[in-house]
Amino acid sequence: MSDPWLVVLAVGAGTALLRGAAPAALAGRRLGGRAMGAAELLPAALLSALVATQVFSTRSALVLDERALGLAAAAIALLLRAPLLVVIAAAALTTAVARALA
Amino acid sequence: MVHNRSKRPRHPDTQAPVTEGMPEPTYADGARRAAPLAIAGVFDGLTFGVLATSAGFGGLPTLVMSATTNAGSAQFAAASLLGAGSGVLAAVSTALLLNTRSLLMGISVSPALRGGRLRRFATAQLVTDESWALGQVEPGRWDRRLVVGAGLAMYASWVGGTALGLAGAGLIDDPRRFGLDAAFFAVFLAVLALQLRTPAARLAALGGAAVALALVPFTPTGVPILAASCVALAGARRRV
Repeated sequence: MSDPWLVVLAVGAGTALLRGAAPAALAGRRLGGRAMGAAELLPAALLSALVATQVFSTRSALVLDERALGLAAAAIALLLRAPLLVVIAAAALTTAVARALA
Repeated sequence: MVHNRSKRPRHPDTQAPVTEGMPEPTYADGARRAAPLAIAGVFDGLTFGVLATSAGFGGLPTLVMSATTNAGSAQFAAASLLGAGSGVLAAVSTALLLNTRSLLMGISVSPALRGGRLRRFATAQLVTDESWALGQVEPGRWDRRLVVGAGLAMYASWVGGTALGLAGAGLIDDPRRFGLDAAFFAVFLAVLALQLRTPAARLAALGGAAVALALVPFTPTGVPILAASCVALAGARRRV
């Protein structure tokens, strides 16, 4: 079996288990207040970590490049309560233009 | 057949006085919530199709991966690592590490799901970053129909986008030139903005970003994001 297929199978099976394990094992039980408190805060911590690493790092290096401008454009669009498509377009366009000029 | 073990009603209607008198969310509501993200998701999928092909992943494995794994960041990581010659083990472990958060998301969504173990397992496959973030009706409480509706919309756009990317892989030489990678973090930033209503959430966001960036130079891909999730756990423990 070729390497790409091995990766596809292993990542697919592993991801399915990670997603389904808790709902299948917990059935209808609810975890305690502490776990639910974590569930409340998880999106904020996780999403902010995703954004930070996707904008300010390339593999294992911290990088400050055109993506930072794209992030700033997205943030400004969000502060102006722009619709999501505008936010995405602002980020992509700013990043693309900055790259073209660089 | 394993049934819901608890005697207490789990239905969203009976569980949340907040939504009393309001119509119950439908699958379509979930899909509607996800619509803007689904449009962005087409571009993300397109980007993945193009990048995976340029990394030498091959058309069919790329499409099958989108259809079975259905997780953008993990797929990008796996394809790029294999393309860079890091080997199968590094690609798989990095992708799964990135997806460890699915386990935590599964725990939080679990009370909202219905049916036996198999049905819960199957429904949980639609829980992605996006459907999880959009399926919340209030902090800490999820609605099954919103999650499933949003999840299906995201799935269709991701797989469809990947197929488009494969079809047009020769047309776009470098997706980064068009800033398509920025579409990705713009979406996450927009969803993040919705989460920052409480001081605790704002602190968790700051801590998450700081921990992740601090670890980037010293740990393998995936670890910074996992460590950031632990910030949320630690923060919640202090608060309770």
